[in-house]
Formats: sequence, structure tokens, C-alpha cells
Amino acid sequence: MIEVEDIYFTYPNGVEALKGISLKIKNGEFVAIMGQNGAGKTTLVKHFNGLLKPTKGKVLVDGVETTKVSVATLARKVGFVFQNPDTQLFSETVEDEVAFALKNFGFKENVIKKRVSWALNLLGLTQYRKTSPFMLSGGERKRVALASVLAWNPKILILDEPTIGQDYQQKEKLRQFILQLKAQRKTIIIVTHDVEFVAECNPRVILMREGKIVADGKAREILTTPEILNQASIVPPQIAQIFLQLSDLSFPKNVIDIYEAREILLKTVREGKLK
Amino acid sequence: MSVFDGLKFRRVYSPIHNLDPRIKFIYVCAIFVIAIMFGELLPLIVLFIMQIPFVLLAGVKREWLRSMRGAVFLATIIFLTNFIFAYLGARGLGESLENAVAMTLRFIVLIESFSIFFLTTSPDHLGLALEQTRVPYEFTFAFTTAVRFVPVLAEEAQTIMDAQKARGLELERGNFLKRIRNYIPILIPLIVSAIRRSLELAEAMESRAWGATKNRTNLYELKMHKGDFVLIAITVGILAAAIYIRLYLPIPSINQLLTSIS
Repeated sequence: MIEVEDIYFTYPNGVEALKGISLKIKNGEFVAIMGQNGAGKTTLVKHFNGLLKPTKGKVLVDGVETTKVSVATLARKVGFVFQNPDTQLFSETVEDEVAFALKNFGFKENVIKKRVSWALNLLGLTQYRKTSPFMLSGGERKRVALASVLAWNPKILILDEPTIGQDYQQKEKLRQFILQLKAQRKTIIIVTHDVEFVAECNPRVILMREGKIVADGKAREILTTPEILNQASIVPPQIAQIFLQLSDLSFPKNVIDIYEAREILLKTVREGKLK
Repeated sequence: MSVFDGLKFRRVYSPIHNLDPRIKFIYVCAIFVIAIMFGELLPLIVLFIMQIPFVLLAGVKREWLRSMRGAVFLATIIFLTNFIFAYLGARGLGESLENAVAMTLRFIVLIESFSIFFLTTSPDHLGLALEQTRVPYEFTFAFTTAVRFVPVLAEEAQTIMDAQKARGLELERGNFLKRIRNYIPILIPLIVSAIRRSLELAEAMESRAWGATKNRTNLYELKMHKGDFVLIAITVGILAAAIYIRLYLPIPSINQLLTSIS
């Protein structure tokens, strides 16, 4: 469980990135943090594993204040996958890359082997085991980065912009993957701009703007309220846009799911309500 | 990355910022030469104090202090080695102390003057100055690009450090050798991304017709103003004075001064 109690954060160069944020993320929750560029999304999630410490207020992870323990200790619990995989890849082989964190956390040799195989298999990277991570494509590098974090099976997983530079197929795989982790009662936090992706996942959405939270609730409520989305410079997902524009035909306004939309449309057509 | 802060340029306007970078550079070189010329403490103290008006005039006191603080570590090493070896070389305590302080101060004067130069000269100005002194544009461009990428790289290094810390890397763990090895996971991504970035930059330059014209013209040209001539006069003045003092005047040590007073 992550508890954030009225935190403020100012960067050394004087930019105030967070201005009084309070929230609670329960175990097993799936949260998407959204908002325009510079809203403070990444700054906020960097507080969850202690990379940044609040200037005022406090952050508790499972009841422990982040200022009291090292990042390495917190990282065991909170996995953080950075937006750009190139900020972490350095090993000679993909295998070593995935084993790096496990070695840092002091896992035993045979456990490391097992975990590495497991993580590589999970993300379809087994064939690249002995390849240099630098030889892989952008999408594959992103998966290596993800595997290197998943390998130690953290309870809480933070993904910063996981869908950037991924094609539809990879996004769909990622979505399935997140749902799978959710089924295992993991807490998942994603930072993203990708409304369509969020609409498909239907998580809890936290909307940020200029270092403050402007909305917090279910995706189908928030992503279908243009007044709220406007504040954070986000356009509603396409399905929601259609239904918002058709609201005079007494369609419900809060639809973001494709299948739900299809059902409603089919029903209307079948019942011959449209001329 | 506070080490670089002392060299980071911030765009403000002051009489010092507006000076011609070429003249400023000559001034810094003159100070450099004078600092090397004297090994005695007294002239080095004078030299150190002489820079302070420039700092105040330029309004970069905070940044300057920060770069001075960055030099403390090296200064301490210089002081200790000089002191220990002079003392072991059977010189008196007072004399070796004064000698060590002088050597340290010499280093600080060098850092001080270069810090003032970089704090008050924009990379663009510097490039312009190089270009107008007939340095080939390729070199000028490489130089200004390098300077401009320092803050970018510093920021990137910070992100990389965060990413590796998030994977359980503890930089401060282990003995001296282990600590150095701890930096490998930070250096490799940094170098790789710097090389990638430079290749991308080269492609971007090609696609924007780099080197299409042989004779480049500039929108801004450096011209000498009144302030520049004043600085030249000051530079020539102190250089001449320094040479004269070096050649014809005896320089008392602080120890001698103290004993003559008491």
C-alpha cells in the first residue's frame, strides 16, 4: 500500500513540481496517472520508490516512510521501469542485464538462473538470451528493461510511459500482461498519455495538472467528462467522443469500452429506433 | 553533478557579460600566466582578491561560490601534498605552511578566473569569438556543441543513476575498488547514449544542409566597445606590473612580514 500525505516537491533548480498531493493506492490496484507534459507525473511516481524525497509531507510504502530507508531497500518492493530503456541497459548479454538487479538484491546463484529464465520466457526474449541488448530493436529493448525489473517479482510495479514507441500488437501484449499481473494481486501504476490504452485497460485514473491532482476515479467516469479532461489537455478516447456527440439520441455518455459500445449500437439498430 | 555548476552559463546582462569574449579570454590567460610566475603567497593573495570585483560586477556570486566549493576537494589534496613534502624536505614549519598555502592559492586563482570566464560567456559568444579569430567553423561548431551538451549529459547521468538505483544499485557500497566498479552501470549507458546522440546530430545536420556554403556570414558580429578597451588596459597594466615586480622587486614572505612587525 502506498500512502501519500500532502507532499510538496521542489527541484534544486527551484521548479516546484508537486504542490500538495495526497492519495492512497491499495494493494492490487491498477492505477493510471495521466496529465499534460510537466504536470509532475514522473516526479510523483519517483517518490514511490524513494528516488525523490518530498520537500514537505510524507510518503509511506507499506507503512514505512520513504525517507527512512534506502532506494535499494524500497526497490525490492517497488519495481520501476523507466520510460527510456537506454537509461539502464549496460550488460554484455540480455541474460546479464536481467540478472543485474537480482545480484544487487543478493539472490542465490541458482535462484538467479531460474528467475532470469522465467522473466525472459515471460516476455518472449529467450531467443535473445546471449545477444547484446544494444543489438535489439527499440521495442525489444523496452521488453528487456521490463524483464529486468519483473525478474525480482516486486509487489508494486511502476511503468513510466510503457506504450511509447510500441506498435499495436506489443501494446495489446502489454495490456494482457498487466491484466495477468493484476490477477496475481500486484499493484500496478502506469504513467501515460495514451488515452486509448487507458480506455482499453479501464483502471483507476488519477489526473494531474501543474503539480496537483485534478481528478481521481474510475476511467469510465473521468475519460468521459470533457470538462475535467480539458483541464489536463487530454482528448477523450474515440469511443467516448462518439457517444458524447450522440448523447441527443439518448445514448449513455460514459462509454469507453468497444464491446459495450457495440452492444448498445446493435441494440438500437435492432430495435429499429433509428430511422 | 554540482561540479559542473560552476561552469554553467546563465543568461543575464551585466557589464562583464557584455565584454568581448576574446578580450576576456586574454585577461584570463594573463591571470593564468601571472599565477604561474609567482610562487610567493603575497602576490597570489593580491591576485585572488583582484578577481572578486569582477564576480560582484557580473552578479554571479552564488554560482561562483558553488564552483569554488567544488574545488575544495582538489585544493585540500594540493595543500596536503605540498605541506607534507615540504615539511619532510626539512623546511621549517612556518615556511612549508606558507609554501603549501601559496600553491593551493595558485590553483584556486586559476579555477577562479576560468570560472568567471565560463560563467559570464555564453557558448554562442564563445563560438562567435573563435570563428572571428579564423578558427575553421567545423572546430568552432564542435566546441560550442560540446559545451552546450554538458548540462544535457549531466541531466542524463542523473536519470541513469535513478534507473540503476531503482534496480538495487548502491553506489556507496563496498571498498574503494568496488565503488569505482559501481559506476560501470552508469558510465556505459551514458557513453552509448552520447554516441547515439552524436550520430543523430550528424544526420540532422546533414539533412539541414550543413556546410552548403563556403563563406558563412553571421547575423551578429563581435565589436569592441569602450569596456573592452578598458579591460585591455587593465590586462596590460597588471601584466606589466607583474613582470616588473618579478624582475626587480624582492617579495617578502608573510613570515618575514610578521616577524618585522613584532
